[in-house]
Amino acid sequence: MQEKTIMSEEDVRRALIRIAHEIIERNQGVQDVVLIGMRTRGVPLARRLATNLGEFEGAEVPVGELDITLYRDDLELRRPHPVVRSTNIPVNLNDKRIVLVDDVLYTGRSVRAAIDEVIDFGRPRLVQLAVLIDRGHRELPIRPDYIGKNVPTSRDEEVRVRLKETDGEDRVVIIRPAG
Amino acid sequence: MKRKDILDLDDFTPEEISEVLETADAMKEILSRPIKKVPALRGKTVVNLFYEASTRTRISFELAAKNLSADVVNVATSASSVVKGESLVDTIKTLQALGADIIVIRHPQSGAPYLVAQHLEGSVINAGDGWHAHPTQALLDLYTIRENLGTIAGLSIVIVGDILHSRVARSNIWGMTKMGAELTLCGPETLLPVLDRTGSTNAFPEVRVEHNLDKAIEGADVIMALRLQKERQRGGLLPSLREYIQLYQLTKERVARAKPGALVMHPGPMNEGIEIAPEVAHGSQSVIEEQVTNGVAVRMALLHLLSGDGGDKA
Repeated sequence: MQEKTIMSEEDVRRALIRIAHEIIERNQGVQDVVLIGMRTRGVPLARRLATNLGEFEGAEVPVGELDITLYRDDLELRRPHPVVRSTNIPVNLNDKRIVLVDDVLYTGRSVRAAIDEVIDFGRPRLVQLAVLIDRGHRELPIRPDYIGKNVPTSRDEEVRVRLKETDGEDRVVIIRPAG
Repeated sequence: MKRKDILDLDDFTPEEISEVLETADAMKEILSRPIKKVPALRGKTVVNLFYEASTRTRISFELAAKNLSADVVNVATSASSVVKGESLVDTIKTLQALGADIIVIRHPQSGAPYLVAQHLEGSVINAGDGWHAHPTQALLDLYTIRENLGTIAGLSIVIVGDILHSRVARSNIWGMTKMGAELTLCGPETLLPVLDRTGSTNAFPEVRVEHNLDKAIEGADVIMALRLQKERQRGGLLPSLREYIQLYQLTKERVARAKPGALVMHPGPMNEGIEIAPEVAHGSQSVIEEQVTNGVAVRMALLHLLSGDGGDKA
C-alpha cells in the first residue's frame, strides 16, 4: 500500500475559501442558502464553509446534518447495516437554496440518497452540490457545482479525507495498492 | 446487531441494548419529520401474527414497519385457517412460502416464538408470549428512561404489581439489571415469582424484593406500575381488590416519597383507580404517553437492525 498526500492543510483551507466565494457568486449572496453536510465528514466541511460565508457576507448561514443510511440503495448488500445517526435539519427547507456538502464524490449514489432525503423535508428551490474531492467513476447522472480538487483515480485506489474534527489533522491522501 | 431473532432480553448484551437505543434515537427523529417515511425496508414483508388481542403493540409494529416502507400484512388468527385447526408451524411455513421476511408474533403460550424461530428462515420478533417475555416493551421502557433521565445505570427502579403474571416485568428485569439499574420488585407475596437463587446460569438477576410499597418507593428514580388482571382476585391470589388498592395503588402521596421528578411508567392498558390513581396516570411525572410514541421508534430500530443481519441466518 502506498499513501500519497494530495491536499495539505493549507490546500484544504484555500479550497474551502474558494468554494465559499463561488457559493456567494452563484447564489448572489447567501440569502436563503442552507448548507447540509452529509455524515460523517461532510458535516465539519459544511460548518467550515458556513464560517467562511459568515466572514465574507456578515450573515449566518444555517447548517444541517444528514445521515443517509436509511436511504441507501445498497443497504441489502451491507451486513450488518452501518450505524444510523440522527439527521438534524434546523430550518424549514421549503423554497431554500440547499448546498449539499460531502468530502468525496465517487459513484454518486450517496448524493442520490441525500437528494431523496432532503426532498422528504420539503420542497427546496434548488439543490447544489459541493465536494472537497471529485474522484470520478460516476454511476448516476450527478455533477457537483463546487469542487475543491479533481482527482483522477482508478477504482482500486482509495481517497481518504482527514479532518481535524474527526481525525485530528487536515489532509487528503490517496492510497494505492502495492505493485 | 448479529442476531436473527428477538425473543427476549435474557441473551442480550448491554452493548446490544445500547445499539438498539441509539438507533431508536435516529428513528425518533424520523417521527418528527413532515414525511415520516424512509425507504430502508422497501421490498421487505413484515407479518404481524397476533394470536391475542392487542391494540397498541400491533399498531405500533404496523406503523414502525410502514415508516420504513416495508409491506405489512396483519393476520387476524380468528379469521384465518388457525380456527380450522392449522398448527402454528404450518401457519409459519405458509407465511414463509408467501414471502414473509420478518414475523412479529404474539401468542398466549410462553415459548411459542422460539418454536417459530426454529422453523422460519427469516426473523422473528416476540411481541409477547404468555407470562414469559415482551422484549420490545422492555426496550421501549429502557429508551424512555434513558431519554428522560440520561442514563439507566445506577438508577433505583421499582416495579410494582402482579410481577408473577407479567411478561413485561420479566423482560424488564433482564433489561434493567443488564443496564446497571438497581431494581426493586414490589407486590403481594402471591403475585411475586419464586426467585431462583441457586446461582445457575439461568438464575434470576439480582433484585430486591419488598412487599411494602411505601418502603419500596423511598428515593426511587422510576416507578413502574403493572396492570392488575381482575381475574387474579377470583383465582384466590388476592384477598380483595379493595385491599390491593389500599396497599399497592400508585397514589400521589406514595409517588411523593420517591425522588423529586421520578418517572411514573405503565405498560398499558391501565386500570385507572386500581393499580394507579388517575391523577398520577395523567400527572406531570407520568411518561406513559411517551412510552407509546417511543414504542414506534424502538420497533423501527429493531426491524431495521434485524433486516441488516444475515450472518446467522440459515
